[in-house]
Amino acid sequence: MAQLSYLSPSSVDEAVKALSGTSARALSGGTDLLVQVRSGRAKPDQIVDLKRIPGLIGIRAENGGFVIGSATCGAMLSEHPTLSKIWPGVVEAANLIGSTQVQGRASLAGNLCNASPAADSVPALIAARATCVIAGPAGTREAAVETIVTGPGKTSLTAGEFIIAFKLPPRGPKASDAYLRMIPRTEMDIAVAGAGVSLALDADGVCLSAHVALGAVAPTALLVADAGQALIGTRLEEVALTRMAEAVRAACQPISDKRGTADYRTKIAAVLAHRAAVIAWNRAKEQA
Amino acid sequence: MNKPVKPEETGTILKVVGTRPIRPDGVEKVTGRAAYGADLHLPGMLIGKVKRSPHAHARIISIDTRKALALPGVKAVMTSADMPDLAAEHYEAGESASNLKDLSANVMARGKVLYHGHAVAAVAATSNAIADQALDLIEIVYETLPHVIDVEEAMAEGAPILHEQMVTAGLGETPTKASNIATKHRLDRGDLAAGFASADVIVETRYSSAAVHQGYIEPHACVASYAADGQTQVWSSSQGHFVIRGLCAKLLKLRFSDVRVIPAEIGGGFGGKTTVYLEPLALVLSQKSGHPVKMVMTREEVFRATGPTSASVVTVKMGAKLDGTITAAQVDLKFQAGAFAGSPVGAAVMTSLACYDVANFEITGWDVVTNSPKVAAYRAPGAPNAALGVECAVDELAEKLGIDPVAMREKNAVRNGVRAPYGPVYKNIGYVETLEAIKSHPHMAIPLGPNQGRGIAAGFWFNIGGESTVNVSINEDGTAIVSTGSPDIGGSRASMAMMAAEVLGIGVEQVRPIVADTASIGFSTVTGGSRTTFATGMAVVQAAEKLVIDLKRRAAETWGVEIDQVVWQEGAAHCLQAEKAPKGALTLAALAGSAGKTGGPIATVVALNAQGAGPGFGVHVCDVEVDPETGHVTVLRYTAAQDVGKAIHPAYVEGQIQGGVAQGIGWALNEEYVFSTGGIMENAGFLDYRVPVASDLPMIDAIMVEVPNPAHPYGAKGVGEVPIVPPLAALAIAVRHATGVRMHDLPLSPSKIRAAIDANAL
Repeated sequence: MAQLSYLSPSSVDEAVKALSGTSARALSGGTDLLVQVRSGRAKPDQIVDLKRIPGLIGIRAENGGFVIGSATCGAMLSEHPTLSKIWPGVVEAANLIGSTQVQGRASLAGNLCNASPAADSVPALIAARATCVIAGPAGTREAAVETIVTGPGKTSLTAGEFIIAFKLPPRGPKASDAYLRMIPRTEMDIAVAGAGVSLALDADGVCLSAHVALGAVAPTALLVADAGQALIGTRLEEVALTRMAEAVRAACQPISDKRGTADYRTKIAAVLAHRAAVIAWNRAKEQA
Repeated sequence: MNKPVKPEETGTILKVVGTRPIRPDGVEKVTGRAAYGADLHLPGMLIGKVKRSPHAHARIISIDTRKALALPGVKAVMTSADMPDLAAEHYEAGESASNLKDLSANVMARGKVLYHGHAVAAVAATSNAIADQALDLIEIVYETLPHVIDVEEAMAEGAPILHEQMVTAGLGETPTKASNIATKHRLDRGDLAAGFASADVIVETRYSSAAVHQGYIEPHACVASYAADGQTQVWSSSQGHFVIRGLCAKLLKLRFSDVRVIPAEIGGGFGGKTTVYLEPLALVLSQKSGHPVKMVMTREEVFRATGPTSASVVTVKMGAKLDGTITAAQVDLKFQAGAFAGSPVGAAVMTSLACYDVANFEITGWDVVTNSPKVAAYRAPGAPNAALGVECAVDELAEKLGIDPVAMREKNAVRNGVRAPYGPVYKNIGYVETLEAIKSHPHMAIPLGPNQGRGIAAGFWFNIGGESTVNVSINEDGTAIVSTGSPDIGGSRASMAMMAAEVLGIGVEQVRPIVADTASIGFSTVTGGSRTTFATGMAVVQAAEKLVIDLKRRAAETWGVEIDQVVWQEGAAHCLQAEKAPKGALTLAALAGSAGKTGGPIATVVALNAQGAGPGFGVHVCDVEVDPETGHVTVLRYTAAQDVGKAIHPAYVEGQIQGGVAQGIGWALNEEYVFSTGGIMENAGFLDYRVPVASDLPMIDAIMVEVPNPAHPYGAKGVGEVPIVPPLAALAIAVRHATGVRMHDLPLSPSKIRAAIDANAL
């Protein structure tokens, strides 16, 4: 019988070595991986638990931004004294994943590397222009979040590589973000569509920068440059929001499946982006 | 928490019945100690697993189990060749009859597989992993056949035929051509054409609903042990261990006395655990291997191979006069039965117009086999589907006539003395009182905002009595044991203890209620049909009353007086001739302590077939808000009034009403079997089969209307099934009034609602 071994390294180098094996899988919260192992969908021969590596759990302010350890659970994100004030969209997206119990385990890296097109935290991180710090056999490198997932269940990480941290960039005044998703229920569900919007405004409420990212409407989460562009220089007047919504619909390339039709997903993505943009704008105006 | 609504006060003063004590099985359950179906472990026990069909419809050409059997750790492999090939025979199993030939072929496919997930073989091995590996080593050659799942497609000319020998019954003459329609049901009265001719307004409408699963949290699980001398024991979680015994004995041709079934705690059933899936397989594997065998389904197996209830199409034509009087109703019900005949369409036919006093009607029902799992009973089987069509039609009619929906129902309500569409004359029913309770409820006065709508619907369920055995014994210290053969799926242990305590005049904590196994008590049919509090409760009361007579006799003997000189009060015998009893009353504890001197142990059995179950009616009102951009429905408030006869334990009656409504909301809004074009269920898990979560539901306000049933010692009527009947229609009507669009196909999922709103705007 095939045996499953479990390793809990205490250094990055050890973990890189352990993950270089052909069917080793990295574990942080395990809320996706362990379910897949039990159901037989994932059949690793080795599970490498990253939580004991120093720095992989925790949030620290650095160079005006935040560095979030890759195995930090959702509950820690919401409990951090300032993270939710600066990046409410990222935190609310991460906190939508699963139940209260799941929030005690589930991590940003797990949500990203599970590589589901519907992952809630991913569009919010992309809109926030977050980057990943990746450790691997060749040392560490940094990459934008949107470059990690290449298709459903597939990532650009090579053998031995794993994410050790996420970096959220420095935030000026009058800036904020928001994430909304559509699910048939009110919780404990997978997004039929999701939209993250991050804005920075001038003192008059005019958008200096705007980023719009979508989930569950394509094989990977999408950064929709045209949608962000439609908002820049505006105070989110109806015409700007309409142009943004058009850009969102144009970018969608969803499938029809048990969770929703392609037509519905496209319509909803625009509705969610519109609503998230308004929330982000209102939040940004409140910021000092 | 609402105080029960009592249309007329009764004279009896009750001390225990009608109170809300803590349930005797509660601590074990909330602390995780209660032993459910999967919790038993026996020495030498093997793990049994099932090999299931990858096709929706196929002929089995060959099954080669040699490689699986050769795998170290595999102790037995079975197929249908290891089970008796039974002739068609009907076996009464509680609420519904089972055809043993069909049941045998459902638990283990014979010749053909009829749905994706149909059991084809099973293994017993020393570990989970070895059992899984063994399943992969079983080689099966299939010849795939075209399949059909949609009920109307299955009825159509040229549809793939599931059973070559099946012809439609109920047509008056026996057809020669095979059909997927097992039976046509029909019920009629009066002159339909004349009824429609006298109508001022007629609506014709059609409503469909998808197949939905009972969604019990505990998957099917059992352990079976087949001893070398032929004595067998089965531990399993079910709604009726006597029915499990009967079905196992019949399917495997065993003596009933050789099958002992021990009930495990049950984690939800809702009708779905009134039949067998794993137990006969575990018995065969145990016999072949010589070891006890445990079998536990995964959630995926539960969805693919058990339950669900029927997808259905209901068409209704209904006519009324300008004053609202319904003059004629024509109802046609098409029900998906799954792989074998036996959908609940018969009950749907009987219940569809049960709330309405209509002179002219014609109701037809079609029981149709399809390449999907064989349906199982689900809470008021058939009635919610039928009520969806009929209640929505009544709403359409009321809207056309400009009549208030409650007034429309009052105008046509069945009352005492009216003959029910299904035959009997109603007695002691509380339908109009229930309508009244809704009409006067503050909910009805709450104004609605934009995108909000209100839906009102009524529902009916028969409720049954049936066979129960009860054993009540008094312990040496004066406490009592109440043993029943009725599994506790809704708080029945609490209500049994309460009724015994009421009669014995002792505190409910003095009574320990237990569910006894098939060798420890006489026959009791399933906990189903909303029968247990009524029927088993009646037996408990009778047994306790017999004991009181026995106790009075013992006291009379002790005091040397006639028994009529003894009264039983507050748990003690009191002598009317004070001088004969200088030490005063004889308490239950005193009588129990000296039982050896007064005739020996104090115990009795009552076995009965309870008659006179009172039918139940419910009227629900719900308010929803629809997000017109996303199609998402928020249930804002929900009030459910129901005639419960007498609430023995009001908290558990409220729980039944709230639970039924919660399931009905799920059925209406999001639950459905989604099949691929290949006939494979695509959402066989709780992530994509969306039962409501707590945050999806408002507080469900349960109004108990108490119109007592004189056939029960305390007036109880069944309460568990009625509450799932109105919600489908109540939600559909509320969504219609919130959006201005009438939607005809459940579930009312967000994408469907948005599409309907968009189509309406064109």
